[in-house]
Formats: sequence, structure tokens, C-alpha cells
Amino acid sequence: MDSQMMTGNLAAAWGARLADVDYIPAFPITPQTEIVEALAKWCERGELAARFVSMDSEHSMMTAAGAAEVTGARVFTATSSQGLLHAFEVLYSISGWRAPLVLVNVSRALAAPITLESDHNDVLAARDAGFLQIHAETCQEVLDSILMAYRIAEDERVMLPVIVNLDGFTLSFTREPVTVPDPDTVRRYLPPFRPSHLGFTASSPHALGVAVIGGTPYAYFRHQVHLAAQNALDVHREAAESFQALFGRRYDLVEGYRLDDAEDVLVMTNAGASTGKAAVDLARAQGKRVGLLRLRVIRPWPAEAIRQALRGRRAVAVLDQNLAPGQGGILYQEVAACVYHETARPRALCSFIGGLGGQNLSAGEFHAVFEQTAQAGVTGRGCGPVLLYSAEEHREMTQLQMVAAGSVKREW
Amino acid sequence: MWQRETFKKIKQIPRDEHVLPGTALCAGCGGLEALRLAAKVLGDHVVYVNAAGCFTMLAAYPYTSFKGSWLYTTMGSAPAGAQGIRDALDVLIGKGRVPKDEDVKVIVLGGDGSTYDMALSSTSGAMNRKLDFYYICYDNEAYGNTGMQLSPATPFAARTATSPCGLQHPAATIQEKKDIFEIWRAHRPPYIATVAPRYPLDLEEKFARAAAFTGPKMFLALAACPTGWLYDPGATPEVAKLAVETGLWPLKEAINGVVTHTYIPKRKPVEAYLQLQGRFRHLFEPTVQTEAIRHIQEQVDAYWRQAT
Repeated sequence: MDSQMMTGNLAAAWGARLADVDYIPAFPITPQTEIVEALAKWCERGELAARFVSMDSEHSMMTAAGAAEVTGARVFTATSSQGLLHAFEVLYSISGWRAPLVLVNVSRALAAPITLESDHNDVLAARDAGFLQIHAETCQEVLDSILMAYRIAEDERVMLPVIVNLDGFTLSFTREPVTVPDPDTVRRYLPPFRPSHLGFTASSPHALGVAVIGGTPYAYFRHQVHLAAQNALDVHREAAESFQALFGRRYDLVEGYRLDDAEDVLVMTNAGASTGKAAVDLARAQGKRVGLLRLRVIRPWPAEAIRQALRGRRAVAVLDQNLAPGQGGILYQEVAACVYHETARPRALCSFIGGLGGQNLSAGEFHAVFEQTAQAGVTGRGCGPVLLYSAEEHREMTQLQMVAAGSVKREW
Repeated sequence: MWQRETFKKIKQIPRDEHVLPGTALCAGCGGLEALRLAAKVLGDHVVYVNAAGCFTMLAAYPYTSFKGSWLYTTMGSAPAGAQGIRDALDVLIGKGRVPKDEDVKVIVLGGDGSTYDMALSSTSGAMNRKLDFYYICYDNEAYGNTGMQLSPATPFAARTATSPCGLQHPAATIQEKKDIFEIWRAHRPPYIATVAPRYPLDLEEKFARAAAFTGPKMFLALAACPTGWLYDPGATPEVAKLAVETGLWPLKEAINGVVTHTYIPKRKPVEAYLQLQGRFRHLFEPTVQTEAIRHIQEQVDAYWRQAT
């Protein structure tokens, strides 16, 4: 099949189009906007038989999305950053409603300071919302993951919403070759959405999202969300096998890169992992036995797959493109927790924070990461959180500070 | 002169009940009475889209007060929930996945806290998009479900838990009630009405008239509130009636923006209404706050001068 050059955003729009969605409530926000622009155009031309509605905020957008989904429509929507946080309370409602919609988040760092470029504090803030999360590395994976997301979300063992994440700018606006799957084959992969238990109709009323009194029913329903999310581990495997059979591409919960004989492993996510893989190649060329583990599915947390990949390694470095102030890297905490009970766990765990707000990850920084990680593996003492900040960045920032200070004199 | 066409006599009000008894709401809830009467026209083929407020307790697991559907959304986005449901039903009916006779009316139920404050943007958006839905605001003039705190619907001089009376503010609330009717009217929805349950024929007639319009059908219902306004639950009918008879709660409608008052009260002095309620007691004890009472009366008089 021929591939064509397209941005991550356009690939996301193609994912929604091929999933033959019924409804798209939208609200613009950089760097996501190109997705809903493409969908609006296709709906207008009749190339996609969906209703497109411009909403008044992301909060309203997500409410409309969830409400339409529980009425029985297949729903797609997209946002970024501040928009995701503006909609935040609705995310928890949607998972509680068991509305299996798909939301694309184009990662962008959070204010303040206000910025447009990428890191993962937005999407990881939603990690406890009851949405499943798939983090894509390439434009092709964005498209494919959306198809997989609907298949997993709508499985009756799961019935939970999914966020498919891609990095703003580095993926959203970067053109890569993408093979657009054949719509007929997609229909075989993704059966029509015909939920028997959802809907608000005259003869079959439902009361949904109702109040509960006390912890007994509350805990029961939240436990159900957790157990359904756990079910998604198996459902994902089935969806991946079926996807591979039909389209030839395989996506697992985690992806190992040059792991076979690796002593030390670097853990990353999203498009940044491509930079990490290049750094692994460079380090390998210098004789270091390093590899990379890319976490693709973040929710449900693929604890067993991570344990297997990290078992027996000398040292592991988690490079978080996020920062929990006063704590460190978010994914580092989760990786550390899941290897604790592994008897052959790595001798040392190291935490690095980098790539915040579109911050560059240089070859020198990766070199330092590998050096410090190897050292930690030898001594058995982990390190971090290490805030990556190169000498060049420091010089640039000092200049900016001098400009900002200008000739202002503080006289009070 | 406004004439009722469908509901001329009290016997014409259907006896069927669509809001079932045994709810967790307070005794004497004026808002529930308004909803009960409205539902006699709206029927059971409905989905109520609820915003956080007192009425959220109408569906508390494993019970619901309705034979129709219910979706609790959030405090700030019930109209967006209505948008999603209406759009989905239209799409599914259009694609033949839901039979046309399975369609339901989509009805937002929100209190004044949600309506006047947090959901205003969401409501504005729904009206702007000409969403075909009903909106019923039960207005008890404060954040009631949390224990009566100041809302933009709280009238001047009402005492609430967060606008107490004291030396700095002897009249308690200093703001005037936000004119949500006019804010709605600026959007030109096809139908807007205020209703009060003690005028049941007026209320039923308005819901019947609204049914003829496609688009936003907006209702502002007086919700006399014994718990928050501090009077005996048995006095709800009298309080609700006096709100209208003093002219403080005008009964009116706006069809495509054109306002008609549906009942012209002879206008009793406002004291008759204020004196019944504990939230206004500080206007009369220990000393009578003549200025504050006069201000309320002047506001009412000014309203009716421009209205008639």
C-alpha cells in the first residue's frame, strides 16, 4: 500500500475518519487545531458521515462528547494542554459513565509560564481519570492507535474512554510517511458501535451518572472502572494481534529497542523516544551495551511487561518529559513501584527530567544520562531526579534574564 | 392581552404524575412543584440533563423519580450534555439506528447557581447553536444545596450564609439579582418564560406553547425555599403567590424576543412578601430598615413602569 506524507495531526484526523465516527464536538487549541479543521472539512464535504459541532469550551466539548457517546454514537474529539485541564472534571465523569469514546491529546506544556511546545504534564495529569492512555511515537502509530483505541474501548470487557497522545510540534506538525489503511479492512477490524446497554430512548430509559450515598456504592463503581482498565491489558493484546494480521503492523504495550543484551536501559515515551533511540545507536557505536524501553500504553499500567523488560538489568534510567514539583518524574515513580517486587530487579534506578516545554534533548545530555546511569549501576546507588539543563541552555537563559532585567532599578 | 389557549380551567391539568413521590428533596420545595407541573406537559419520553444542585438528589442510586431518562453531568455544563444527547439522537435517527418514535425531549435541569454563574457560557453556547432543548432553572435565589450561600440570583437585602448582615452590610446582600431573563433574551431563543407554581394554568400553558417551537425553550421557575428562605414549609404556596402579587417575580414570556407579561399583579407592598421570610427579618428587627425596604419597592415600581 502506498504511503503519503502527513503530519501527526492529519494522521489523527484520518484515524477518526477511518473509525467512521458519528459525532465530533470540537474546540480549537494549539497544537491540536489542525485535527478538527481537517474533520470539519470532511464533514462539510460529506466525506465523513459525522456531525461536527463547535463548542464553547473544552469543558462543554468533553461533556457533549460523553453525553453523545452514552446516547449510542461513536464519538471522537481532540484537545491539548490547558484544554485538557479545562475539561478535567468531565474526564472523571466520562469514565464513570463508561463512555468508550476516543480523545486525542496533542501534548503541550502547561502554564505558567504559558507556552505552546510539548511536554507530558498535561496528559499525565489525567492518568488517574479512568481513561486508558496510548502514547504514540510516530504519525503512523497515531493513526493506528486510534483504530486500536476504539476497538479496545468498545470491548464489553472494557467500556472505558481512551486518550491517544502525540507530542505537539515534534509529531503534530512533522510530516512522516503514513500508510492510510483501506476502509473496508478497517470495517473488518472495527465492528460498528451498537451498544445494547447505552442510550436514552422512549421505550428504554436509563438513569446515568446518578448520585450515590456513602462509600459502599461509590467504591463499587470505582472498583469496576479499575477492573475494566485491568481487563484492557488482555484486550489490547488481542487488538494488537488482530491489527497485525490485517495491517501487518504490530503494537505492544511497551516497545523494546536494542534490549537483547543491554546492561542499562533508558525508559522514555512518545516522540522523544525516537531521539532516545538515536542516542542508543550512538552509544552502541561507542561500545556501550544500552537499550531503550518505550512505554506505549500508560493506562492500564503494563507492570508485567515492564518487569519483564527490566529484569536482570544493571541500571535503568527513566527520562521523564514532565515534572511533579517537589517529587520529580511521574513515570519514574511508577516504574520504581512496579520493579520493587522483582527479585532480579535492576541494581539502580535513575531519574532524569528533560524535554520540558519543547526543551531540546541534546546528544551530550543523552551521553551524560548513559554515563551517570552506568555509574549508578556500578555503585548500586540510583540518582535523581536530575534536572537536565545544558551549558548552552544556561548561557541562553542568562542572556534572556539580562534583557528582562534591562535598566530597571529597584528602589524600594 | 395574553390569553391561555390550552389550559383554561384547573380541571384541564392532567392528573397523571411524572415526577414520582418520595424524593429526598425538602418538604415544601417550590422548585419541585414547578417541575411536577411542567412534567405533566413534558411527559415521560424525556431525558433530564442535570447540573449539580438540589435536584441532583432526584436520582440517587438505586432510585430515580422519573419514568424517563436522566444524566447527571457537572455544575457548569449541563447544556453541553443536552447538546451531545440531542445531536447523537439526531445522528442515530438519521442513520436509522434509532427509530424516530423512540426520540425523547432533552431537558436541562439546573438551579440558579449553575444557571446564573457557572453554566452561563455553556447555556449561551447552546442557545447560540439553536439547540432544540428545554432549559428549566429552578431559582431559589442562592446556592441552596450547599446551605444557602450568595448567588447572582440572590436579591438585594436577602441574608445568606455568605452575605450575612452586620455593621458593614446592615442590609446583607448588596448586589441586585442578575437579570438572567434579559441575558437569555439577548440570544433570541424562540421561547422564554418565567413561571411560578402557584399559577399552575399559566405554567402549563407556557410549556404547551413552548412545544410548538424548535430550538431553545428557556424556563425560569420560582422555587420558593422554606429551608433557605426560612419560613414554615406549609407557607410555600403563600410565599410563592406573594412573590408574584408584589410584582417581585413577573410572569412573562418572550417569543422570538418579544416580551409579553402574562399576568399583571395589582402589586401589594413588598413588605407583605419580605415579612414572611427569615432571610429578610433583619429588615424589620431590631429596627426597621426603611431605606432598604424603600429601595426594593422602588426597584419593583421601576420595573413595572417600563413593563406596562
